[in-house]
Order: sequence, then C-alpha cells, then structure tokens
Amino acid sequence: MHYRLDRHDQALRLTLEGEWTVRQVGAIGAALATVSFEGVTRLEVAAAQGTLDLSGAWLLRDVLQRAEHAGVTVAFEGPRPAALELVEQTLGPGAGPAFVREERPLQPITALGKTVVDRWHGWLLGLAFIGEAVWRFMRALRDPRVWRPTSIARHVYDTGITAIPIVALIAFLISVIIAYMGAQQLQKFGADIFVVDLVTVGVLRELGVLLTAIIVAGRSGSAFAAEIGVMQLNQEVDALKATGVEPIEVLVLPRWIGLAIALPLLTVISDAVGILGGALLCQALLDMTFVQYFQRVDEAIGDWTFWVGLIKAPVFALLIAAAGTYRGMQVRGSSRELGRLTTVAVVQAIFLVILADALFAVLFMEIGI
Amino acid sequence: MSGPIIEARGIVNRFGTQTVHDGLDMIVQPGEIFGIVGGSGSGKSVLLNTVLGLRRPQAGEVKIYGTDITRLDATGLRQLKTRYGVTFQAGALFSSLTVLQNVQLPMLEHLQLDARTLDELAMLKVRIVGLPPEAAAKYPSQLSGGMIKRAALARALALDPGLLFLDEPTSGLDPISAAAFDELLVGLQRELALTVVMITHDLDSIFRTCNRVGVIIDKRMVSAPLAEIVEHPHPWIQAYFHGDRARRFGVGHGT
Repeated sequence: MHYRLDRHDQALRLTLEGEWTVRQVGAIGAALATVSFEGVTRLEVAAAQGTLDLSGAWLLRDVLQRAEHAGVTVAFEGPRPAALELVEQTLGPGAGPAFVREERPLQPITALGKTVVDRWHGWLLGLAFIGEAVWRFMRALRDPRVWRPTSIARHVYDTGITAIPIVALIAFLISVIIAYMGAQQLQKFGADIFVVDLVTVGVLRELGVLLTAIIVAGRSGSAFAAEIGVMQLNQEVDALKATGVEPIEVLVLPRWIGLAIALPLLTVISDAVGILGGALLCQALLDMTFVQYFQRVDEAIGDWTFWVGLIKAPVFALLIAAAGTYRGMQVRGSSRELGRLTTVAVVQAIFLVILADALFAVLFMEIGI
Repeated sequence: MSGPIIEARGIVNRFGTQTVHDGLDMIVQPGEIFGIVGGSGSGKSVLLNTVLGLRRPQAGEVKIYGTDITRLDATGLRQLKTRYGVTFQAGALFSSLTVLQNVQLPMLEHLQLDARTLDELAMLKVRIVGLPPEAAAKYPSQLSGGMIKRAALARALALDPGLLFLDEPTSGLDPISAAAFDELLVGLQRELALTVVMITHDLDSIFRTCNRVGVIIDKRMVSAPLAEIVEHPHPWIQAYFHGDRARRFGVGHGT
C-alpha cells in the first residue's frame, strides 16, 4: 500500500508510505476517492515516509482540498513536503483553475448559421483567389519576363510525362471493358461492327479525357495542395512575399499553365491507347482484322468527335490546378490542416471535373456537335 | 541512486566513411546541469540521439540509470523512455494538438488515468513552466517562440522524469526570454532534483545554468566543471570561452 489510514474518534491520520509518483497516481487516487470524511473534524498527515513527485503532490493536494471542503482541519506532522509547496505555489490557493475541457457545443441553429457564413466566405475567398490568379496571368501575358519556363516545364514533366504509364494503362483497360460489354450485347443483334463505334466515340468524346482528368486530379491535385501547403507551414510563402516575389506568380500560375499543357497531351495518348485496346479486343472477341477495325473507326469518327473530347482537357486542367493550388495556399498552422485541405482539393477537383463534363455534354448537344 | 545517471563510454558513430564520434566518453552525475558544447557538425545531436536510444552506436556502451541501453530490447527501451523527458530544437510540438493535449499524450500512452486527473495533471505541468492557463487550449501555431519552448518543456515533464534532455532550449529566444527560461530551468532543477543534459550554443545560458560542461572536440568529449573548462588549453575551447563575445562575462584571463 502507499498509505495508511487510522481513525481515532473524530481524527483521521493519513500516513504516506513508499512512492507517490506519476505511475501510482491512478491507483492511489482511485483508492483514496472512496475515503469518506463524514464525522471527521481533523486530518493529520504524516508525509515523511512518502516519496512525492509533482503528480503525487498534486494528488495529495487534491485529497487535502477535498477534506477542507468537507470542513475538516488539516494538520501536518513535520514539515510539508517540498513538492506539495511547489504545486501550491504554481496553482495558487483554493480549488484548481476553473478549466473547461471542451468548448460548449454550438446550438443547432447557431451551428447552421456558422456553417452557411463559413461556406459563403469560403466561396468569396475562392473567387478572390481565382480573380487574382487570372489578373496576374493577364499581366504575365503582357510582360513575358514573369513567365517561368523552367518551372512550367517541370510541372509538365511531373504532371504529364510521369503520368503516361498509369494513364495509358487505365485507357487500355477502359476500352477493354467497353468493347467486352458492347460485344456481348451487340452480338445478339448481329451488330458486332458497332462495337467499334461504341469504343471510338465513347473513348474520344468522353471517357478518354474524363478518366485522364480524374487520375490527374488524384495525382497532381493532391501534389499541388501538399507542396504549397508545406511551403505555407515552413513560412516559405511568406519568405517569397518578403523577397518581393508574388507567390501566385511563382507557385500558382506555373502549375496552372503546366497542367493546361500536360492534360491535353495526356488525353491524346489516352485516346490513342483506348482505340488500340479496342482493336486488340475486337480481334480477339469478334475475329475482326485490324484493317476492318480501323476502316470502321474512320467511318465512326465525325468532324468533331476527337475535338469535342480534347477541347475539354485544358478546362479540366484549370479546374484541377485551381482546386489544388487554392487549397494549398489555405493551409495554416498544423499538419492536420494540410491533410484535410489536400483531401478537399482532390474531392473538389474531381467534383468540378465531372460537373464541367456534364455542362459540356449539354452545351455540345445544344450546338449539335 | 549512487553512481552516474548517464555513463557513455567509447562511443563510435559513423556515417558511411565519415566518423563523427571516435571513442567518446560522457558521464553525467545525478543533480547536475550538464552542458554539451561543440562546433556545428561536431555531432551534438547525433550524441543526443545515441544517449536517447534513438540511434545505436557502431561501438561503445551507454548506461542510463545503470542499464546499458545499447543492449535493451524494444520493451526495455520503451520503459526507459518514460524515465526521461526530451525537448527538441524547434519544439517539435504536435501541431494538430493543443498544448494541453501535447502534455497529455505521454500520459495517455503510458498511464491509466481518468479524464479529470489527466486534465489537472497536464494543467499543473503547463502552469509550472510558467505558461498562463489560457495557453493550454491553444495550438502550437498560436504560440510565440518562447511559449513553444516552455510548452515543449511541459511535455518533457509530463511523466515526472528525473532526467531531462534539452536540445538548444534557448535558441531563437530574445535575451530576456532566454534568461527567464534559464531561471525557470534552474528553479525546476532545484525543486524537482532533476538531472539536466542540455545542448546549447548560448554562452549566457551556460554561465547561468551549467555545473559542468562537455566540449566535443576531435570526435571526443572533454568535460570538466564550468570553472575548469574555461581554463582548458585547447584552442577551440579558448576561442569559444575567451573570444570577443565571451569577454563580456569576465571569464578570460585578460579581463
């Protein structure tokens, strides 16, 4: 045991024994919590045989306070332990500091209002960011010195060249899926040849660019947010500003431009691999020769089929780059923020890409291409 | 406890072909504030990591509280790590936790305590390093440099260790904050009977706090009480303690 309690009438005697240290505080505290001070008027404490560290001293102080609160007079046998003195000096007399563990949870209406206002501010800030980036871009158009070709090239490499293997693989697999599903259904009508139309039009108009954009959003959207976010945490962004260099010019614009160059190129590769994949599968499943396949591809492609897909690529690129860089610039203070905003950047980039794709579909339908 | 708290003998640390320590000895007695001094790149932080058990030296033994930590298994090391507290150069507070949560983290890991005890004990540590109660709910990014150093000290004290390692505790502080931190450290050391090992470049700090100083020179350590180390004939030590900047403290012969 770490203490002994003896009762003589209305006097209680607490003798400390052995270690009252941080490792024992849990157990001693739990045992002492059951002690009742009812009918006790005097508490004598003999601390000489106990070894107290800060945590032990805090526990002793807690017990003494509980006793005093119950109207018990506390007296020490011998000097008060030094650690106890230190704790009392630190925390001051009386009960421990009124300490609120959690902030009071917001009331439902208040919480709703706060969310709406926060969201609204978020949108305004986003608009301001895009506005500033576009304005800087316009200025850059007039002043070629602020173009940063090395930086842009690096981003084309990072977001484009290094993404080729994964983009090509996914394009190939998607075309295999479409051709396979299409062949199963169309064979029933003897309309095998339309599998080619399905693959060609599907890949060129929609899937090639859409899937590429989604992969790039996952790869580069997150990379943009994380890179810029860490620079924010390290005060590198502040250092740029202090050097008289505009962070938007060196961090944001090169990424936008780089991705706007890389994504259309990736889309072309994705389109080519998709059509090639279709060719392989049509040969395997439908015994169609490459010559037959490509003749049909030629017939299936309209004037606009390829361009309808490709024209979307730079738009998607700008959406992804804007989401990534904006969220990166928002990072403040903690590693958790960095993780949260990187996630937000990717989710928003993918959402924006799909939303834009839907709008494009309606637009192209309306103008009939 | 009798005998030295830290007894490192014949430490050899190598990175590739580069030898950082070659037969380094370091002995720290209970109740002292031991300062480690050395030029940039002399391996102060490597030595600290070796003594903390974060890095296994290529040769030599490190005894802390009498046990050789280079031979400890994972459980033994984990146990050892509850018996010392460390602060790192930049504070290394967990940025996603409040100051109070930072202090509570070691307690949550190693102890079983109820929420009230946890809060109050952590609060005690926050107050004892001289931080105001309001600081407990703040995140590290909301603190000043001086407060970060103090919060890091509070976290190092979380498990009431008898041994503290401080890596440049006053670097980056203004002289007044640094003096206040040193005063706090000496006070805590006296009240809690701590043994403190600190790496520092701050001459003011050394003269205010340290009993003994170990200088890393030529891959070994020369250690002596403060009053004697300043007399050591080695040119680096002479330059360190008797250079222009040292003259202010009146430690040189010629002052």
